[in-house]
Amino acid sequence: MYRVRLWSVRNARGLNLLYRALENLLVALRPLAKLVGGGAKLERPMAAVERGVKGFMFDCKMCGQCVLSSTGMSCPMNCPKQLRNGPCGGVRANGHCEVLPDMKCVWVLAWEGSQRIPGGTESLQRVQFAVDRRLQGKSSWLRAVRERVAGATQ
Amino acid sequence: MRFGDEPAPGAPLPMLPGHVSPGRFERVLRAGAFAVTAELAPPDSADPNEVYARARIFDGYVDAINATDGSGANCHMSSMGVCALLTRVGYAPIMQISCRDRNRIGIQGDILGAAAMGVCNVLCLTGDGVQAGDHPQAKPVFDLDSVSLLGLARTLRDEQRFQSGRKLTQAPRVLLGAAENPCAPPFDWRARRLLKKIEAGAQFIQTQYVYDVPLLRRFLQQLEDLGGLDRAFLLIGVGPLRSAKAAEWMRSNVPGIHVPDALIARLRGAEDQAREGRNICVELIQEIHGLRGVHGVHVMAYRQEETVAEVIDRSGVLSGRVPWFPTRDVSPQSSELAADKVAS
Repeated sequence: MYRVRLWSVRNARGLNLLYRALENLLVALRPLAKLVGGGAKLERPMAAVERGVKGFMFDCKMCGQCVLSSTGMSCPMNCPKQLRNGPCGGVRANGHCEVLPDMKCVWVLAWEGSQRIPGGTESLQRVQFAVDRRLQGKSSWLRAVRERVAGATQ
Repeated sequence: MRFGDEPAPGAPLPMLPGHVSPGRFERVLRAGAFAVTAELAPPDSADPNEVYARARIFDGYVDAINATDGSGANCHMSSMGVCALLTRVGYAPIMQISCRDRNRIGIQGDILGAAAMGVCNVLCLTGDGVQAGDHPQAKPVFDLDSVSLLGLARTLRDEQRFQSGRKLTQAPRVLLGAAENPCAPPFDWRARRLLKKIEAGAQFIQTQYVYDVPLLRRFLQQLEDLGGLDRAFLLIGVGPLRSAKAAEWMRSNVPGIHVPDALIARLRGAEDQAREGRNICVELIQEIHGLRGVHGVHVMAYRQEETVAEVIDRSGVLSGRVPWFPTRDVSPQSSELAADKVAS
C-alpha cells in the first residue's frame, strides 16, 4: 500500500534495526531449523510470511534479493523500470515518477530514507548487479541467513 | 584533427597505447580536444540512403554520431542497423543501448555484433518507459539497468567473457558511456550517481539537455568536491529550442527536461523565435565550453538537425578543427566547402 510504503521510508532507521534483529534471531534459530528438516522445508512458509509482511510494509515484489537496507527501505522493484542502482533521468521536478505521475520516485524516497540509516548513503553507492530472475518468489531472509552463515564459516 | 595513420573508410584505426577502442572518438577525447557529438534521428524506413543523408548534415562539425535506440520509446530503425551503415563509410557512431527492449542475452550479443562491425563506442542507457512512446501496449523488459549494463559490457571487454562466464575468443573493443541528468531531482545525489556509473565502467558521459547553467555549475562543484572531476569525459547535452511553445511542450511532455522560465520568456519576446533559440544554444555552448571538467557538448536537435552545423560554427568551440567526415581528405577544398555550407 502506497501510504504504508511512505511511512516505512519515514521510519527507515527503526525498520533497519528491526530487520537486523530479525536476521540475528534467524541465525540463532538455525539449529532449530535443522530439526524440522532444514531450510528447504522452511522456504515456502517463510516466503509466505515475507510476502505478507513485506508486501504490506513496502509493496514488496518478492524479487528474492532484498536490498531494502541499502535503499533507505524504499523497494526498488516498485520502480516501473525496476532500476536497482538509482534514479533514471526522467524524475519529475516535483520528485515524482516519469511513468506513474502520482507516485513519488522510489529513488527520491530511497535517498530520503537512506539518510535516516547510519551509513545509508554509502550503501546507495554500492553497485547492484543485475537481478537473478530465478530467485523471484523465494525468501530473501533465508538467503541472507544462509549467506551470512556461509560467510562466517569461510 | 587529422591522424597520420588514417585507414581506409570502414577499417578500424590502429589502437593507441592506453586506449580501449580503435575509434576516432576516443582519440579526439584523449587528445584533449573539446569534442562535439550529435544525435542522429533514425529514419522510419529501411532505406540506407536516408541514414547517410541524415549523417551527412553533420559533416565537418561532429566527432561522433549518436544512433538512438528507440528514443522516447518510439519505434524507428535500430541503433544497431544505423551503426552498421555508418561504420561502413567510416563515421564514428556511438551506439545507444537501452534496457527497455532487450534482456541480457540480446544485449550481450548486440555488443559483440556491433563491435565486429566497427562500432567503437557504446552508450549504456536505461531507456524511457514504454508509456512515453508510440507503442504503450508493449512489454517493458528492463532486465538490466544502465549501471548493471555498464558492468556487463565491461565484463565482456575486460574479462573477455559473458556474464555466464563463457569465454569470448575476441573481446569487443569499445569505449563505454553513460548518461546523466544534472537538472533532475534528487539534486544532491546526481553527482554521486555519476560516480557510481564511472565505478561501474563509464568512460564518457553525455547528459540530458542542460538549459540551466547554474544547476550545471552546482553539479560540477559537487562532482569536484567528491573528487570526480575529469574521471570521465563529460559531454553536456544542448539543443536549440524552436519556439517558446515548443519549449513549454518539451518541458511538460518529455521526461527529465528542465527549461527555466526566463529562457521561455526570452524566446516569447523574440521576433524570430527559432533564431533566438539558436542564439541561446550558441551562448549555452560557449558558457559550457568555459567550465572546468567539461570535455565537450552533445547536440540534440531533433527534427532540426540542419541547425547543428550553424550553432557549432557560431560557438567557435571547434577552434578551426575540422572533424573527420568521409570526403574530408579526398579533396583539399572539402573542409572549406563544409564551412561554405553554413555561410550560404
